[in-house]
Amino acid sequence: MENKSVIDVRQLIKVYQVGDVAVHALRGINLTVSAGEFLAIMGASGSGKSTLMNLLGCLDQPTSGEYFLDGVAVDALSKNEYADIRNQKIGFVFQGFNLLPRTTALENVELPLMYDRLHRIKNPRQSAIESLERVGLGDRMDHIPNQLSGGQQQRVAIARALVNEPAILLADEPTGNLDSRTSLEVISVFQELNSQGITIILVTHEHDLANYARRIVELRDGIVLKDKLVPTRKNARKDLEVYKQEENQ
Amino acid sequence: MLQLKNVLKTAFKSIFKNRMRSLLTSLGIIIGVSAVIVMVSIGEGSQKQIEEGIQSLGTNLIVVFPGASRSGGVSRGAGSFNRFTFEDVEKIDREAALISAVSPVVRTGGQIIGGGKNWFTTVFGVSPAYFEIRNWELQDGEFFSERDLRAKKKVALLGKTITDELFAEQDPIGEKIRIRSVPFTVIGVLKSKGQSGMGNDQDDVILAPATTVFYRLKGGRHVDMINASALSVERIDAAQEEMRAILREAHRLSPGDDDDFTISNQAEISDAASETSRIMTLLLGSIAGVSLVVGGIGIMNIMLVSVTERTREIGIRLSVGARSIDVLIQFLTEAVILSLSGGVLGILLSFIISIILNRFTELVAVVNPQIIIVSTLFSAAVGIFFGFYPARKASLLNPIDALRYE
Repeated sequence: MENKSVIDVRQLIKVYQVGDVAVHALRGINLTVSAGEFLAIMGASGSGKSTLMNLLGCLDQPTSGEYFLDGVAVDALSKNEYADIRNQKIGFVFQGFNLLPRTTALENVELPLMYDRLHRIKNPRQSAIESLERVGLGDRMDHIPNQLSGGQQQRVAIARALVNEPAILLADEPTGNLDSRTSLEVISVFQELNSQGITIILVTHEHDLANYARRIVELRDGIVLKDKLVPTRKNARKDLEVYKQEENQ
Repeated sequence: MLQLKNVLKTAFKSIFKNRMRSLLTSLGIIIGVSAVIVMVSIGEGSQKQIEEGIQSLGTNLIVVFPGASRSGGVSRGAGSFNRFTFEDVEKIDREAALISAVSPVVRTGGQIIGGGKNWFTTVFGVSPAYFEIRNWELQDGEFFSERDLRAKKKVALLGKTITDELFAEQDPIGEKIRIRSVPFTVIGVLKSKGQSGMGNDQDDVILAPATTVFYRLKGGRHVDMINASALSVERIDAAQEEMRAILREAHRLSPGDDDDFTISNQAEISDAASETSRIMTLLLGSIAGVSLVVGGIGIMNIMLVSVTERTREIGIRLSVGARSIDVLIQFLTEAVILSLSGGVLGILLSFIISIILNRFTELVAVVNPQIIIVSTLFSAAVGIFFGFYPARKASLLNPIDALRYE
């Protein structure tokens, strides 16, 4: 049954120990994400959505529960195996872009391939260029982050997340630091990638943005509150056009 | 294994980003390495000087000193048979096959009057063979001959120091001097030999025929020392043994008796002096080594700062799949580059300092290639040793914490 599911999470629990107090960030999450989905995870701050994202992204280990990523049980792996999973199967986009300063866009995108131990990607330089072209930054490859706008920086980050051909693209509040127009640009990149078959999980607290996904999972206090399909999916590119017209008037 | 090229590129980028800081950090190593090299070079230079000084004592020199006579473990004390006679010297001259020259040394000292001045010095009564044994050369005049020796002629050769003291403005050749009231004619001036390996002035000396000194100045008591030259350096030990046998026979020692003299050769003397200077070199080097360790601590300090500053970068690297070991290698590489470049600059600096020392001071610094290799390796080792803790600290960071770090 998990044949087509990229992510299969069962009874995922995460407890943080802060001093003497145990904080139950996740109290048993069950979630399945199929290949090609565009899922938005929503919730107020403290609902556990970032914690869930970190666990899905193999940046952190769960206290208990099972997690199958691309058919592999990853809940009981070593630190090194976690690093390899992050390198091979996951593309992560952060709110704060997290690009290396004083490093060109191209070198930033090449970064994950530096740690590609299996040499899965045969031609790193070429893959990085293609990845940048895919997000529309083919002409900005030699720019360093300081010379790029916020939206462009985030697109470099997306290119970096895509360069290792991951099973899933995770985006944690990717538009949190961007204005609404740039946000639309970034979201349209996600929609475009999703239409090409890339599985995407987007964490956001904005209902507006969540409606660009196909499915919305809402968390509250560490459990899944709602899991529903988006009834009327919005098109970011169209909305961007509308936005531009409004601006011009 | 991640590509070395990328690791080096990242390392250099980070080092050049903080040029001043990197330079100051390396400065600790630069100073440490150059201090070690210069100190060791000075030590080796002085060792070489000492060895040259000992060489000037004479070629293949064998020296025999008198010692207390012992028989069956009972020391008979001084005066038993512990002075040499001219017969001993003649016997060695006649019988020794491995000795090229032998000379008695009758030693005395006293006030010298000449040229209207006076000076206290040592007088050595020797045979003409002595000039060859001890490598004496003439500045002026001539050596005395075997005939002068047999005739107990009152002639003398002056060392450079005495010549300068007594005859600063006139030619001493043919002049009369009085050694403890006994008049001598100056027939020659010796070429300067400078200080000996032990630091005493070899030129503060008067050489005169042994017989003259023996009978006129010392009242015919004894020969103090025998100097001889072995045929070659290789056979110096054999020559020494031969002399020992001849002297034992001359002194009628039975097989169980200990020698009533002490015999040693130039190799032994120079070994002892070299050993002393070697220890000095080691000591100087170790003291300088301390500054290298201090430099290493500087590297550790700055690497810790660097790890803290770049926590976010570490987080990014970890999040895209870097393993702990990758981060460790990255920071270790930076530490080693810092210390190694400091080491190379330190070597260059030490060359400059050595040249300045050799040109403008009396110190002689001999930089040998060995110390350069050792100090290069050592500075790299300092980088690894002091870079390890910060690098390990970086590698143990948790990706989430590192990414959140502001």
